[in-house]
Formats: sequence, C-alpha cells, structure tokens
Amino acid sequence: MRSLALDPRWIPRALGLGLLAFVIFGPLTNLLLWAVAERWYFPHALPLKYGFTYWVNVFSPRGNATGALVNSVVIAGLTVVISIGLAVPAGYALARLRLPLRGVILLMLLVPQAFPNLPVYVNIARIFYQFGLNGTVLGVVLVHASHGLVYAVWIATAAFSALDKELEEAARSLGASALRTFVDVTLPLAAPGLLASAVFVFLESLDEFTGTYFVGAPDVSTLPLLLYTAGAGGNYQIASITALILLVPSIAFMLVIERFLRADVLSKVGR
Amino acid sequence: MPQHLLGLMLVTPALAIVVLLFLVPLASSISGAFEVAGTVGLGNFAKAFELYGNDMAFTVVIVLSSTVLIGLGSIAISGYLTLGSNPRAVAILRWLYRWPLFVPFIVVGQVLRTFLAKNGLMNSMLIESGLLTASQTMSFLDWRGIIIAFTWKQTPFVTLLLAGAMASLDRSMIESARNLGASRPRILVEIILPQVMPTLMVGLILGVVTMMSVLSVPMMINAQTPTMITASMAFRINAYGDYGVANALGFVSLAMTSTVAWVYLRQTMRDQR
Repeated sequence: MRSLALDPRWIPRALGLGLLAFVIFGPLTNLLLWAVAERWYFPHALPLKYGFTYWVNVFSPRGNATGALVNSVVIAGLTVVISIGLAVPAGYALARLRLPLRGVILLMLLVPQAFPNLPVYVNIARIFYQFGLNGTVLGVVLVHASHGLVYAVWIATAAFSALDKELEEAARSLGASALRTFVDVTLPLAAPGLLASAVFVFLESLDEFTGTYFVGAPDVSTLPLLLYTAGAGGNYQIASITALILLVPSIAFMLVIERFLRADVLSKVGR
Repeated sequence: MPQHLLGLMLVTPALAIVVLLFLVPLASSISGAFEVAGTVGLGNFAKAFELYGNDMAFTVVIVLSSTVLIGLGSIAISGYLTLGSNPRAVAILRWLYRWPLFVPFIVVGQVLRTFLAKNGLMNSMLIESGLLTASQTMSFLDWRGIIIAFTWKQTPFVTLLLAGAMASLDRSMIESARNLGASRPRILVEIILPQVMPTLMVGLILGVVTMMSVLSVPMMINAQTPTMITASMAFRINAYGDYGVANALGFVSLAMTSTVAWVYLRQTMRDQR
C-alpha cells in the first residue's frame, strides 16, 4: 500500500472533504455543545461550564418535555396504525387487483407530494375547528396520517408488486382461501417493506411541525412545538436538548437502512 | 364479488383520507382566496400583493437561489462519487454527504440559528483561527441563513437520487471518453449530465415543493421582514385570523409550485409507463 503522505493529490481531496465535514458537522457539533452547556456567552468560542442541569430540568415532573415526548410518541404510534392499516389494503389492491380508474387513483395519491401543504394545513385547521377537532390528539393524528398515508401506500404498493405471484398461486391451488393466502403467505413476505414504511411514517410524524402548529397548538404540545417555543424564547439549551431527542431516532434509522441508500441499490428503484 | 369491486373497496378508505384531508382543504384554500365578504372578488389578492409583494419576490429569490445551489452541489458530489479515482476518498465522501438527509427541518432551523448567529459558533471559530476579528463578524440570520438551511438540508436528497441515476449508466461510454483523453469535469458535463437530467429535474422540483411547505426554517432563522410567504401566511392567521389574505398568499404559493409540479407529474407519469 502506498503511503498517503506521498501522494500530492490528497491535498485538494483533504481540503475539499475537510471543508464539507466542517459544513456538515460544524452545525451538529454546535447542537451537542448547546445541549450540555451550562454557561456560554460571547466572545467565548466554547461553553464556560458544562453539565446536565438543563437535562434534569427538562425531564423533571414540572418540565414540559416529558409530556411533549409522551404526546409525540402516542401521536406517531397512532399515525402509524392508521396509515399502515389503510395502506396495506390499498397497496395490495393497486399492486395485485384489476382496478377501474387506476391512473386517476394513482394521480390522487401523487397530488399531496406535488403541492405545498401549508395552505392545506391552514384550511384543515379551519375545518377541524367546526368539528371540535382542533387542539385534540385525534386532530393532530389525522393530519399526520394524511401525510404519512401517501408514503405508506407507495411503499406498500412497491412491496406487494415485488413479490412472486407463484407463491400465492401455489397456496391457492393447495386449497387456501384468498384471505388465508394473504395473511399466511403475502403479508409475511411483504413484511420487511411494510416495516420500513412504518418506521418512516413514525419518524415523519415525530418530526412534523407545520400541521401540529396549526391544528394542535397550543393545547397539544409535541417535541417540535416545544423546540420551537423554547428556541423562540431564547432558551437554547432546552431547544437543543429537544432537537437532540428528535435527531437520535432519525440518525439511527439512517444507519439501519444504510445499505438501501447505496447508489447501486437505488439505481434499481422504479425498474 | 367481482375483482374490481373488491379492489375499489380496499382502496376507498385510503382515498377517502386523501380526499377529505388533502383535496377538500386544498379546494377550500383556493375558493377561500377568492371570497371577499361572502361574494367572489379579488380583494384578498389586492391586499396580499400590497402588503406582501416584497415577501413574494423574496420567496422567489430564495427558492431559485437555493435550487441553483442544491443543483450545483448535488452534481459536484454525485459526479465525484461516480468518477472519483481514489476509492478511499469516494468512500469518505459517500459516508459524509448523507448526514443532513435525516435531520428534521425543525432541528435544522435550531442548529443553524445558533451556528450562524453573530455570536454563534461559526464566527467564534473563525475568530479563534485568526481569519476574522470580532468587529468583522456578522450575522447570517437573514435571507442567507434561509438559503444555507435549504441547501444544507436538501442537497443530500438530490445527490442521493442523482448518484443512483449515474450509477445505472452504461460505463462503456465513460471509459472510452477517458481513453480518448477527456478530462473528468468534461465527461461529467458533456456525457453524464445530459443522461441524468430528468432525475435531476425531478429532485429539484420536489425540493421546490418542500421549500414552499416548510414553515419552521423561515420562522426560526429570519425573524424580520421581508420573509418567505409561508411565514407571512402563518402571521396573517395568528395575528389577524385573516383567512382571506392567508389563502390568497397560499394561492400564490400554489401557482408558483404548480408550474413546476406540472413538469414533475408529467415526468412521473412518463416514467411509470
């Protein structure tokens, strides 16, 4: 193996990669520092005192982070149940059954991705207000589900389409009913794809700000809303701790699905 | 039961949610924009352009500049991933560029607010390293901050799509161009880029729709006027409960994105065939 130091081409490479690393990890380091900074003011480049008192405050019974965390997890869990519950039958029908107006149905499921959702959330809040759904957990779950459902249907359709039809036909010819075949053969085979979409919908709901801001606030507080209010009040420690709690599951998900993010795998998407 | 009826029955609940919670509010946002005191009129638009005309121009400038930067950044990174000669440098870059992909927008807003401030870590580090003096520092928490936030967060997504498209290209043409002595930048621009253009466009258009939907970044990074119309919409509702003008602003943002969304839908439909 050649020594790195002898190859002059590593100078521009190291400069470029170092700059990119600074751009990406500089802001993230900043977040970590704020989360453990007790005292930090200008012109000191680094915090003057480190500690976890803010963590204790945030998670104390009087602090509002515990409530927001519980709300966020409950809302995300219910969103997954609704989204996946509706996406599995829809995805199966889109992938396997002959459907009239299939193109129109697909188009309707594409539309939410093609329009900015802010005007939509504003008017959902207005409609929900008439039904007393504003400021309720159910209202927030419905908004999150309308967003997550679209991804879930897409992924479920792809997962069912990728399955080998012959296995289902074999089960049917051995006398299993259509429902039995679906539950015992199709569903277990599609489970990895469905699980990935469930995790994705969960994270999308956990991180959602705009819809919760219009429909939930101020009665239903979630972690993103807590982060926003703490940050707006200049309470950067609490905002950073909340941000860190939101960041960890997302990064963990990235590391888990790392192998799916490789270019050679992605190049097969849509084939 | 006939198969198409069963299929419709299975799709209907999901479609009902999309219709009730997306298409109906979308329609009411459009009709609300034209509703003035119970009748149809353009009063909301007159008020919206008068009060928020600057914000509209600001939004267009922000979205266009971010899109250009995201495009250039993703071409550069995916180009190096495809053509880089040193496997170790390519591996480092592949590990590095993806991190912002899974950072939620609300976290991006918070992180960059503290990083880019006049007293933030970026300026402190530049002072410590001797590149700046304390009097030369300035805050980036204005239009530049928003552009930086969007570019930081969206470039990995477009890069991911673009690198995927580049990896599926036929290598033989690239190899023969290299054998004829073409430089790598030239191969990237003249041979690879034309073939992956559709993917790049779809990625950038999805980015535009996202930028027009994100409320947290302009509210957290740019707490002043002019601001993006997303923030103006929220302000109009929270401060005045004025749905008419808010919906007119919403209609403007729909008009801005539907131009690009039309291209996106046409592309997707064509790819599915």
